[in-house]
Formats: sequence, structure tokens, C-alpha cells
Amino acid sequence: MKLFQDVDMRPLLLVPVLALLAFPLIGSGSTWLTLTVAGLAMGMIIFIMASGLTLVFGLMDVLNFGHGLFIALGAFVATSVLGAMGDWTGSGEWWRNMVAVLPAMFIAMAVAAAVGLAFERFIVRPVYGQHLKQILITMGGMIIGEELIKVIWGPLQIALPLPEAMRGSVLWGDAAIEKYRLLAVAVGLAVFAAQMWVLGRTKIGLLIRAGVQDREMVESLGYRIRRLFVGVFVVGSALAGLGGVMWGLYQQNVVPQMGAQVNVLIFIVIIIGGLGSTGGALIGALLVGLMANYTGFLAPKVALFSNIALMAAILLWRPQGVYPVANR
Amino acid sequence: MLNRLISNDQPRSPWLAAVLIVILLGLAFAPFLFPGVKALSVAAKVLIFVVLVVGFDLLLGYTGIVSFAHTMFFGIGAYGIAISSNTWGPTWGAIGLGFALSLGLTLALSLAIGLFSLRVRAIFFAMITLAVAAAFQTLASQLSDFTGGEDGLSFKLPEVLLPSTEFSEEPFLGVSLDGRLLSYYLLFVLALGMLLAMLRIVNSPFGRVLQAIRENEFRAEAIGYRVVVYRTLSSVLSALFACVAGAMLALWLRYNGPDTSLSFEIMMDVLLIVVIGGMGTVYGAAIGSVLFLLAQSYLQDLLRLASEAAAAWPLLSALLSPDRWLLWLGLLFVLSVYYFPTGVVGRLRVRAALKQRGKPGVQEAA
Repeated sequence: MKLFQDVDMRPLLLVPVLALLAFPLIGSGSTWLTLTVAGLAMGMIIFIMASGLTLVFGLMDVLNFGHGLFIALGAFVATSVLGAMGDWTGSGEWWRNMVAVLPAMFIAMAVAAAVGLAFERFIVRPVYGQHLKQILITMGGMIIGEELIKVIWGPLQIALPLPEAMRGSVLWGDAAIEKYRLLAVAVGLAVFAAQMWVLGRTKIGLLIRAGVQDREMVESLGYRIRRLFVGVFVVGSALAGLGGVMWGLYQQNVVPQMGAQVNVLIFIVIIIGGLGSTGGALIGALLVGLMANYTGFLAPKVALFSNIALMAAILLWRPQGVYPVANR
Repeated sequence: MLNRLISNDQPRSPWLAAVLIVILLGLAFAPFLFPGVKALSVAAKVLIFVVLVVGFDLLLGYTGIVSFAHTMFFGIGAYGIAISSNTWGPTWGAIGLGFALSLGLTLALSLAIGLFSLRVRAIFFAMITLAVAAAFQTLASQLSDFTGGEDGLSFKLPEVLLPSTEFSEEPFLGVSLDGRLLSYYLLFVLALGMLLAMLRIVNSPFGRVLQAIRENEFRAEAIGYRVVVYRTLSSVLSALFACVAGAMLALWLRYNGPDTSLSFEIMMDVLLIVVIGGMGTVYGAAIGSVLFLLAQSYLQDLLRLASEAAAAWPLLSALLSPDRWLLWLGLLFVLSVYYFPTGVVGRLRVRAALKQRGKPGVQEAA
């Protein structure tokens, strides 16, 4: 297997190790399976949202605190689209539900991408290379966006019910596995596979990876890394929009503050993974998803702190995250 | 004498000096100059914010790192007083113990966060403080037996500080000498002391090292300063200032809840005040606090009027609603960071320096 020869395998083991460690604590096998699938589903959704952010950082050294905005935007667009397609979501047939959910996803992605383009142009571009200002400005952009969402959709929580056929769960032995979680895992894997294919098998992906490694070298070879960066920023925003739809359906409701809430999770994920690393983001996301579900079951009050503890533990082991990106 | 008191950090602009003197006198005689409950509470809030913001400026302006956990330490200070007064009764001992405990917790927590996140890259610090602050906010509202949850805690203070305590039958210059007045002057002395202490810190050799790190991290490290140690110390000091500000808030309000001290909105206020006043200038914190709190207290009424006037256009009216205050704050913030990065103090100083240079006989005074 030449493909895996130069991959550091140890971080990959973290996910099964965490799952196995939790097993004796939880005790019941069926509960463990339910929680594990839920954790993996949550992890895949978080990965969809986090992957764009980590690439944006890797390419241009831009830390976008406004990333959560696109997540919230995607989710709110989905409430509008799905709300307008009540006939299709209310039906018990799978294909009719998909006819409703797929456009919701695509419209959410398109809106998030368009806003991302504007965000890059007006918020991020003037402060390239100035970390301090970037943090301040993107945070300001996030606040403005959240308030605009409140103006458009209202400040209150909006329900985002799952379409009829995606509700309920599949029984596998004693373990109940929600159908939607299986769907989330499938979509997440598809996004991951697509990303791996683009990054690993296309010329654009090659340029992106090279840019993450050494931006100046790619520029000196005559490629316009700015343009590449704008593309990655827009795609990352669109993925955040998609993740927002998935996350909204997972929680079954959306609030304007969800962007800020998810932001916290995503930051933990990309710190665990190593800023700029896609594979690291996947591992981080799965770890965070599993951890959140296990501790949510074992000790709900400390659920948020468990992720911070997880991050602290990882940073003690590898101060730059599990897959440190060279040259940073 | 005065020069030593302000640690040789002169305003370096006649206008700035004038504004600072006006603010100092205004705050010192606020109860006599601006009668009324609202005016006095605005003045007290200015004092609290001066301490809170000056602590943040040490981190953002002088060290060049961003923390989003500043309100967490603000909240710890406020909860320290609130919980101890609630548990052990309204005595000075309870307040002292609560204050000491919250300072201890702040010290331990900020040290841990600093050592963990500043070890590798400063950018981690912003992300990790955001995560920890969010978790802490959730925790504070969940531990409702202890913190009063979302409702917060109302508590009693020693009798001397209560508004119902009258020290003299006769009002002095038209102001009744009550516990409220004493509380105000307690805050005033604390705020002035903390401000002067901060001037001492930033103008000490330690403060110079922080500025060197802000300007060029690698060079500072190469000269032989341990960047991690200095950054961590700076974040600890900044957190302690926030904790003191929190205690001041609790003493003034006799109430504390998540929205009054922990909310993200306050974090936004602090950021905006630092930027408006001028990053890396202690005086900016004072000027920014005054400007901002006056705007917040009186502009929101204006926004309400505008919103009512625009009732014919629903979207415009919704945009102008006082509930969307944060939207305008955010816009103002982004625009200030772009076009006004040195703030009021920076602008005034540049102006003064240019004038100096223009004078015959004085060349390159700055």
C-alpha cells in the first residue's frame, strides 16, 4: 500500500481507542453502539463545517472567526426552503423527501457561497497578513451577520423538523440507530471522499496542498494563489452552509446564535487536527463528536468542558495538533 | 510629582491632556455635577469599564494578542462577591474572602489557559479563550444552586454601602450623603488606583518587553526574552484587572447574573472601547469608556425614536430597532478597525506631533 506509506498512522488510532475506552464506562453494548453512531454522525457534520476553515487558514494564514456565520446562514435558508416545500417533506416516501432536502442543501450552499464571496472581498481582503486585525474584523463581521439574520428571520428559535421518512430509527440488535444519523455519516463520507479526490488527484488540489505547504514557492512558480484562495474560501463557505443544513436538521431547530456556538466546536476541532490539515480536521471532528455524545450520556454538565479537556490532552501530546502542517 | 504618578507617560497632546482632566474632574465630582440616579449609574459604569478595558488593553494593545475570555474573569470577580455575600451574609469578611477566592481562581485559570495556548502560537490563544469562555458561560447558568442560574443573584452588602444609610441629616451641596455616594467614591478610588497601576506596568521594563514582543516576536525571543513567559504574565495581569472590575460591578449593582457580567455583548463593548480609545494607550481606555457608555446610555433612545419614525418601512424599522443595537455596534467596530485603528488618543497625539514639527526651530520633535 504505497498510498498509506507516508501517512502517520498513530493519530488515526485515536478514534477507535476513544470509542473502546468509553465502552466499559457505558456498560451496555447497545447504548454504546447508539452513542457511537450518533458521535460519528455529529463528527461528520462538524467535519463538513470545519474543513473549509482549516484550508482557508492553511492557504492564506487567515483565521476566519466569521465562519460560523455561514453555518447559521445555511441552516436558516434551509428553514425557509423546507418550510415552503411542506408537501414534499410531509410525505412518507424517501424520494419525495430527498426532492425537498436536496434543493434546500443546494440553495443553502449557493447562498453561503455568495455571502462568502462578499465576506472575503469586503471583510477579509483588506487585512491580509495582519493577524490581530483579522481576528477583530472577522469577529465584527460575524456579529453583523448574526444581527442581520435576526432582522430577516427574527431573533427566536425556529423549528426545522426532519422530513417524514428520515425520522425514526433502525433497530440493529438492541441498538436503535436514527436514520438521519446514517444519512449524515453518508453525506459526510461523500464530502470527505470528494475533498480527498480533489485535493489528491487534481491539479487544483495539488496547488492547494502546495500552497498550504509553502505559499511563496507556489506564487513564484507563476500561480495566482489569491485566486485559488478566493475559490477555497467560497467553497469552504458553501460547505459551511451545507454543514449548517445538516446541523440544523440534526438539532431539529435553529437559533441565530448557532453560528457562534458551532464556531467554538470547530475551533476545538481544527486545533486538535492541526491548523491547515484536512485529515487532522476529520480526526478532530470525529473525536469531538464521540466525546460530546459519550459525556452527554455519562455526565451532561461537563459536556462542553470535556471537549476542552480533550483538546488540552492532544496539545500536551502534539503541541501543533495531531497533523502539524509544515512551515507554519 | 505628577510626572511620577503617571509614570512619565505624558499625554503628549494638549487636547488629550485637557480631555483627560475634564474626565477626571467630571468623574470625581459626578454626584454633585450630574444629579439623578441614571447619571450616577452611568458614571459608576464608566469607572468599572475603565478598569475592565485598561486590563484588556494590556493584552490587545501592548502585547498584541486577543482574548475572548476577558468577560469570563469579569464574571468570576462579580460572582465571587455575589456568592460569598449570599452564602456568608453581608459582612466585610465575606466580601474580602469572596474577592480573594475569585482572584485566586482567576490567577489559576488564566495561568493555565496562557501556558496551554501561548506555548505554540498566539493565534491559539484567541480560539481557546473563546472556547473556554463559552463553556464557562454555560456552566454558570447550569450551576443554578450556586450561581442563581439565568436569574442571577441579588445580595446584601454591609450597611455602610447601602443607599438607605444616611451619614448626615443635612444634604451637602444638594446631595444627600448616603451609602450610595460612599460606594461611588470607593469605585472612584479603586478605578483611579488601578489606572495608575496600569500606567506603572506598561511603562516599566516589563511593559517595554511586551511592546517589543508585539512589534517583533522573533526578535524579542532572539534578544533573550522568553516570549511565552511574558505573554502569559501579561494575560494573567489582564485577567486580574478584569476580576477586580467584576468585583466593583457586583459592589455597585448588588446583583450579578450571566447577562450583566458574562455575556458576549460585554466582550464586544470592551473590544470597541479599546479600538475607539486607541489600542496601546492606557488613556484611551478612559476616553473610550466615557464616549461609549454615554453613547450606549443615550443613543439607544435615539435609535428607538428613529425606529418609530421609520415605521412605514418595515425592514428599515427592524434594522433601526434598539434590539439590533449590536448590529450598529458591529458596523462601527469594523469601520473603526479599518479607518481609525489608532483611536482617539492616537489621532490626537499624531496631530500634536505634526504641529510641533511645523513650528520653526523645532525639528523632528517626535
